[in-house]
Amino acid sequence: MPNLVEIRDLQVKATTDAGNIIPIIKGVSFDIAPGEIVALIGESGSGKTTIALTLMGHTRSGCEISGGSVSLAGRDVVQMTARQRQAMRGTEVAYVPQSAAAAFNPALRLIDQVIEVARIHRTMPMPQARAKAVELFRALALPDPENIGQRYPHQVSGGQLQRLSAAMALIGDPKLVIFDEPTTALDVTTQIEVLRAFKSVMKAGGMAGVYVSHDLAVVAQIADRIVVLKGGVVQEIGPTEAILHRPAHPYTRELLSAFEPVAYARAAQPEAAARVPILEVANVIAGYGPLGPDRMPHKLVLKDVSCRLAKGSNLGVIGESGSGKSTLARAIAGLLPPASGKVLLNGELLEPAAAARSKEDLRRLQIVFQLADTALNPARPIGDILGRPLTFYHGLKGAAKQDRITQLLDMVRLPKAIAHRLPGELSGGQKQRVNLARALAANPEVILCDEITSALDTVVAAAVIELLKELQRELDLSYVFISHDLSTVQAICDEVMVMNGGETVETLRADSLPHGARHPYSQLLFASVPQLDTGWLDGVPLRVAKSA
Amino acid sequence: MNSQIPRLVLGRLGVAAITLLIVSAVVFGATQMLPGDVAEILLGQAATPEAVAGLRQAMHLDQPALVQYASWLWGLAQGDLGTSYANSMPVADLIGGRLLNTLRLGAVTAALAVPLALTLGITSAMYRGTLYDRIVSTCIIGVISVPEFMIATLAVLIFAVWLKWLPALSFGNDVQSIGEMLRIFAMPVITLLCVICAQMIRMTRAAMISVLDSPYVEMALLKGASRPRMVLRHALPNAVGPIVNAVALSLSYLVGGVIIVETVFNYPGIARLMVDSVATRDLPLIQSCAMIFCIGYLVLITLADVIAILSNPRLRK
Repeated sequence: MPNLVEIRDLQVKATTDAGNIIPIIKGVSFDIAPGEIVALIGESGSGKTTIALTLMGHTRSGCEISGGSVSLAGRDVVQMTARQRQAMRGTEVAYVPQSAAAAFNPALRLIDQVIEVARIHRTMPMPQARAKAVELFRALALPDPENIGQRYPHQVSGGQLQRLSAAMALIGDPKLVIFDEPTTALDVTTQIEVLRAFKSVMKAGGMAGVYVSHDLAVVAQIADRIVVLKGGVVQEIGPTEAILHRPAHPYTRELLSAFEPVAYARAAQPEAAARVPILEVANVIAGYGPLGPDRMPHKLVLKDVSCRLAKGSNLGVIGESGSGKSTLARAIAGLLPPASGKVLLNGELLEPAAAARSKEDLRRLQIVFQLADTALNPARPIGDILGRPLTFYHGLKGAAKQDRITQLLDMVRLPKAIAHRLPGELSGGQKQRVNLARALAANPEVILCDEITSALDTVVAAAVIELLKELQRELDLSYVFISHDLSTVQAICDEVMVMNGGETVETLRADSLPHGARHPYSQLLFASVPQLDTGWLDGVPLRVAKSA
Repeated sequence: MNSQIPRLVLGRLGVAAITLLIVSAVVFGATQMLPGDVAEILLGQAATPEAVAGLRQAMHLDQPALVQYASWLWGLAQGDLGTSYANSMPVADLIGGRLLNTLRLGAVTAALAVPLALTLGITSAMYRGTLYDRIVSTCIIGVISVPEFMIATLAVLIFAVWLKWLPALSFGNDVQSIGEMLRIFAMPVITLLCVICAQMIRMTRAAMISVLDSPYVEMALLKGASRPRMVLRHALPNAVGPIVNAVALSLSYLVGGVIIVETVFNYPGIARLMVDSVATRDLPLIQSCAMIFCIGYLVLITLADVIAILSNPRLRK
């Protein structure tokens, strides 16, 4: 059987604002057979999305295909006229975007957007398209398939939008569907449901697919073959089983090892015997909005949360979006003063609001935010960013300050010269290290890490976790580590607190995970984390998926 | 419909009413601070102090400012704009015809400017970075940098003096035929177009570009939508808010800001009336004109806000 897609020596280059031309894709070749699902995997900047988009003859602004061919069903997409490409999009190749929330037009009803392909290409009359859309909604296990299309995008959840975007792609009966990280923005329990829906629909339709992802475990569930990419070059191509179990290329092995959960084994802590915990949170209630007559906030996010952190140990806080885990960090830091409850540092009561705390209290408790991009002032060089807390907390000036900045950069394994650069000139991992160094500048005792590895690629994230552990050994720190990702939490924490709907579900020893969970919600959460095993998705009990 | 829309719209109208009240106080206060005394000006330098005092009393100028303000506001609420100090005619009669002239000129300009600006703004956003976009942008910068009296004077020089196509002055009142109206309106309208289109085009372009860069427009492209469909169906509805606001701001200029154009072309509009009334310290006239400008501005801005509210599907059920 001839291949549906044949990519030969594909080259894409980008023109920067300064007029420099940078090659992004450097001669990539691979094939897709009809009905086959091929995964493109790699870290950000590896060119996986760029390659996927060339299958539709599309490049993002500033980029262009500079060489090679992309043949789809025998026709070269690169050589097509704009009109031919328009005719092909939606009917032969369809696209499922990374963030369905952004890819749906907020001003139009969902059904109109889903059946738009049929309207543009006149493939079928409108009533028939509507009926087909409802059928697809049903196949994708969307609630109320008859009427969900009448809503606007902001009226349905993220997981539902992602499935609606799949329906939007499938309405034109394409031969090839491109999935661009379609589950990256979803919670694990939602992801499992969406993956299941995708897989069953693709299998039923016999369509070929390209699945772009950075998550090997997700890809393992859905792809027949995997293409491993780095820096716009193919590192390795092979059947899923072979890539997972017999990786040939060192980079593939690195990706796999970054994924392996590293159990956090440590010698017994002498400090653990100390009676007074370094940080104690007792019955904290917090939320947003004006206070009501009962002196409770309008929208309650934390409902009576308590936890303890022993000196020199780490507490993981895990939960889905909306579970209140970031709010807990903000309440501890005093950014969102709790409505009631106590926060104790070393047995001493802290003021609820950060503004009322003493400089010394502020110094001892530091917070590191999720997005280094927004947490670092883009107009300030790194040296200034690190110098501010040094002057504020320790009154350092001149040469002493410069020495300390160099020391801090050295601590987070960054070269000294970086002090003169702006945040925009750094990579994501480097920015997150600077973000961490800024917290270290205060010489804290406790660091609240709010999803600090979530925006990073697996390999980079693993390096940051390693760094955190080293710093802990050297500086006697304690971390509160907030994440939605079980494997990261497992890699660094002694205890893990599971949160759901603003309440503590249970607190578990990290070494007993994931099988030690007793509460049904924690069991569901842990069972939903994809495993590096091609049969995992089909093996998960349906009960788990149904309740998601 | 849910209850949010009427509440938001009523809220906007309430804010507009409060703004109007504040402006009326400011306008009244400002006219009180104008140098010179009306009675002295009216009677001339030879007036005796007794005559001045008598006139002041007759005009109620000796009462406290707050009382004067209250009675003026009360009159306004009843539609009584007061009597002109300068020629003892009701202000309403003085303003009536002039306001109509200004509105007529404004309407003709708006009818041409809005479609022209939107078309140029949207197309230059669609073809961003092309030669077309650069030509439009350069022309706009050129036009916006030249002061309007310069454009107006140049227009008179070229079309009236050299080419003798159009009359140099616009007497708006004696229009007999459509052709004549066109000839009279041509130069003021062209000058005003130059002034107000530039901002509308640039704002429309900027608003459209930010929407055209959004993932849902790329999604439409990947569904095979044609360029007009992407722009008109997917991008435009989401750019309506900023665009109507830019349009309203520009059009509000047509009510009060046309003084230079009215002067150069000797067009009998309301802006010139106001400037003339400042020269004669004709307080009721100044106050009425200022209030009319403010109302025109508020009506346009409130209308733009209401349209922006209505076009947001998050507020529409």
